[in-house]
Amino acid sequence: MEFGFTTAAYVVAAVLFILSLGGLNNQESAKRAVWYGIVGMALAIIATLFGPGSGLWALSLVLIAAGGVLGWYVAVRVQMTEMPQLIAAMHSLVGLAAVFVGFNTHVEIGRVAAAFAAADVPFPLAEGGAHLVNAAAAALTDGFHGFAAVVSEKTTAEISVLRIELFLGIFIGAITFTGSIVAYGKLAGKVSSAATKLPGGHGLNAGAAAISLLCLIWYFNTGGFLPIFVMTLAALFIGYHLIMGIGGADMPVVVSMLNSYSGWAAAAIGFSLGNDLLIVVGALVGSSGAILSYIMCKAMNRQFVSVILGGFGGSSGPAAEIEGEMVAIDGDGVAQALNDADSVVIVPGYGMAVAQAQNTVSELTNKLRAKGKEVRFAIHPVAGRLPGHMNVLLAEAKVPYDIVLEMDEINDDFPETDVVIVIGSNDIVNPAAQDDPNSPIAGMPVLEVWKAKQVFVSKRGQGTGYSGIENPLFFKDNTRMLYGDAKDSLSALLPLVD
Amino acid sequence: MKIGTPKEIFEGEARVAMTPESATALQKLGHQCIIEAGAGVAAGFSDQLYEAAGVEIAPTAEALFESADVVTKVRPPTEAEVERLQKGQTLISMFYPAANENLMKQAAERGATVVAMDMVPRISRAQKMDALSSMANIAGYRAVIEAGNNFGRFFTGQVTAAGKVPPAKVLVVGAGVAGLAAIGTATSLGAITYAFDVRPEVAEQVESMGAEFVYLDFEEEQQDGSGTGGYAAPSSPEFREAQLAKFRELAPDIDIVITTALIPNREAPELWTEDMVQAMKPGSVIVDLAAERGGNCKLTVMDEKIVSENGVTIIGYTDFASRMATQSSTLYANNIRHMLADLTPEKDGSIVHDMEDDVIRGATITHDDAVTFPPPPPKVQAIAAAPKKPAARELTAEEKRAKEVAAFKEATKQQAIMLGIGAAAMLFIGAIAPASFLQHFIVFVLAVFVGYQVIWGVAHSLHTPLMAVTNAISSIIILGALMQVGSGSWLVILLAAISVFMAGINIFGGFLVTRRMLAMFQKS
Repeated sequence: MEFGFTTAAYVVAAVLFILSLGGLNNQESAKRAVWYGIVGMALAIIATLFGPGSGLWALSLVLIAAGGVLGWYVAVRVQMTEMPQLIAAMHSLVGLAAVFVGFNTHVEIGRVAAAFAAADVPFPLAEGGAHLVNAAAAALTDGFHGFAAVVSEKTTAEISVLRIELFLGIFIGAITFTGSIVAYGKLAGKVSSAATKLPGGHGLNAGAAAISLLCLIWYFNTGGFLPIFVMTLAALFIGYHLIMGIGGADMPVVVSMLNSYSGWAAAAIGFSLGNDLLIVVGALVGSSGAILSYIMCKAMNRQFVSVILGGFGGSSGPAAEIEGEMVAIDGDGVAQALNDADSVVIVPGYGMAVAQAQNTVSELTNKLRAKGKEVRFAIHPVAGRLPGHMNVLLAEAKVPYDIVLEMDEINDDFPETDVVIVIGSNDIVNPAAQDDPNSPIAGMPVLEVWKAKQVFVSKRGQGTGYSGIENPLFFKDNTRMLYGDAKDSLSALLPLVD
Repeated sequence: MKIGTPKEIFEGEARVAMTPESATALQKLGHQCIIEAGAGVAAGFSDQLYEAAGVEIAPTAEALFESADVVTKVRPPTEAEVERLQKGQTLISMFYPAANENLMKQAAERGATVVAMDMVPRISRAQKMDALSSMANIAGYRAVIEAGNNFGRFFTGQVTAAGKVPPAKVLVVGAGVAGLAAIGTATSLGAITYAFDVRPEVAEQVESMGAEFVYLDFEEEQQDGSGTGGYAAPSSPEFREAQLAKFRELAPDIDIVITTALIPNREAPELWTEDMVQAMKPGSVIVDLAAERGGNCKLTVMDEKIVSENGVTIIGYTDFASRMATQSSTLYANNIRHMLADLTPEKDGSIVHDMEDDVIRGATITHDDAVTFPPPPPKVQAIAAAPKKPAARELTAEEKRAKEVAAFKEATKQQAIMLGIGAAAMLFIGAIAPASFLQHFIVFVLAVFVGYQVIWGVAHSLHTPLMAVTNAISSIIILGALMQVGSGSWLVILLAAISVFMAGINIFGGFLVTRRMLAMFQKS
């Protein structure tokens, strides 16, 4: 096929991808937007398969199909609560693919250089295409297929830029790969979610980054394999160590950050291959992830840098002492209050996801709504382990999305609310963020549930949760604690509500 | 203590300040109850019912005032009644102290403590004793019922075999408690209901009751009611003009108008002028709940129902609550009971008049031989004031302008610096990088820019699908692998093939998961 056709297909695909992201501005158009993405992807792959520089397309199709079957299987089986892990795992695949493609580019440069050397033609060419330099070079160039042919046409300057590009692609790809694997492990509970660092802390990361920089200079001058290899190891280490040092509470930021990295890796590879579509999509994904990270950080009142460097910043004094005690209540008491209430707000958190309680919550919601009570959901931007995590879980349980509100939409309504049920969330309803300037989360926007007439907190035990911050909400006069697994306690509650 | 309730002597007043139910509750607080014979008859509570609830019956008002420690009433006391008060006795009643100053002084001279139910501060804790609200609620309901009684059509629209009936259009002016109750009643009867209020913050409450809020095209920022305890404040002449113009526009279409606009301690504002009445269709009804203070419509005659020249019925009753005496007595007696519960903190039948308590202090107008009206402002704000920016509001126009200009200059400067740095970086790259790189670089920068613009628009609830979809499309890296898989080197082929496989997983997995998630989002 013609080169022009491929480029045209790329343009269409790029437009479709942009529409696909833009369509996510509301729930209805989002359903159409996914199809834009799918069509764009199909178009891009077909155009590449039949375009110039490709070969072995039968093998490629088989591999895509095999990968597709596996991907389909995973996608159909995955629980909505496991979504954060799945997305992290998928990022690691993109990272690894970027590393491999980067290596390939390096190998191809080597092959072309070797062939030119064998034919006694200087490589890279000083300037202009092979055909302009001499017949021998032209013959060589024509002998290459695919990407190698593109490489053989390049000039000295272009080869240098190419090296920087592939180097960057491998570097970012490698960080994404190990980082995503660690994030996956933490989210899936296979690795401790606490922030752990090797002795040396960020010094190790800085050291590894410095080694990578040296390797870049080394590689730029020699073009050998060793510097790339050393850099890859260093980058893999950075990815691992950086994410290990970030606590579970910051995982929403980490996942969107890795999302961003996988995009930048794709863009860097796009540069090295001279493929505009890769660049466009990589840049779209990269900026999307970066903006999401920013939104998450803002919601937690954290600096992006301090999230990445791990752990909470040092507080300026002792946290305020909490007076009072936690008062427990049983299902009967909660049911009684719900029966008397006119307006109920439910604040779900990660605990709901862990207990898989979203369907029970939905059932409770239906029951209360059927009795004419106003039931709404208040979602904090960082509830759960992933941006928008709670919305997805509630949607899965068929909670209508028009009663699911954001923090800003509902915060003013708490004083008029009769009953608030907090299900497995902690920091996002912590009044210390407003009252106690020494609290580690001081200044973070929170849901002001304590202003409601009554608050019930469903919680597994008396502990402080994974962030380790004491929550004065639990000690307030209008707060009652409903201990136990969220799903069990809510299921016990259902028959009591009438 | 002995709580006593005399028969209301105001003509036509059917309510009573104690019901058998409230008496039972009062006895639980350790009090005894006494009631004048026949006091509850008009409200549907016979003496037998009271006796059954353990209430002593006093034959005359004199006997009752003699023996009771606390007298509870509905209407403000007459001079004769105040004369009967003894030293140390407590009177709990509506009082309107601002209008009845002499009566208040007289009560203070007698040495009685007077708790005015209409002075209960509007804070959340005191809602259970807010008699004005509970009476207004009834008045709002009854206003709609009275209107319906005088209106010749259905409220709800119907299509019947005998023809089509258009729905009634109701306009409620003033969305206080009475207004909201009227809105609720009118909408539940099936009328198309519009509502207006000078306080823009009630628009939400109006809409929550199912009515449509009538907005004015008016520039001036309308004041909210938080500074005045939730009541409306007088509006500027320009605002009033805009408001009347809007009403004039609506008048020909409206079948029923219910006006409830009152400003504390002032004559009712005229909102429904004579020409609006002229513009209404014959058979329309106006219910003026502000009739007692002169009426929102000047044609209104207090306590009467009149018909205008063009056949519009104007109802000026002031006794809506009394017209539903059973209901209003029950609620009022409960308000009194809650007040007494607060006055009896130990539930041992002894009254502790705690003048430090916001609610009790606010409502008490005479105590210890002295007039204690007006009360100091309550320590708790009635309504959480809408976060205002007083400092910003005080800025003069010039200052505002200067501030805007400064902010604009600052932003311009920042942007110029950013663009300058960006452009310098570009030029530097352009100077050393080959042309082929720059072509791609343009694409890259534009794509980042497009991404930046697009992603801010993504709905917050769709962030997880956004991650899944960007994850899926970031497997576009498959293109790189596909371009390399045709290479001559086995190593390259192997790595490229693995990459193709992994990207394949990602493409299908990513898109499918996104579809699954989006399919779950549904409206109620």
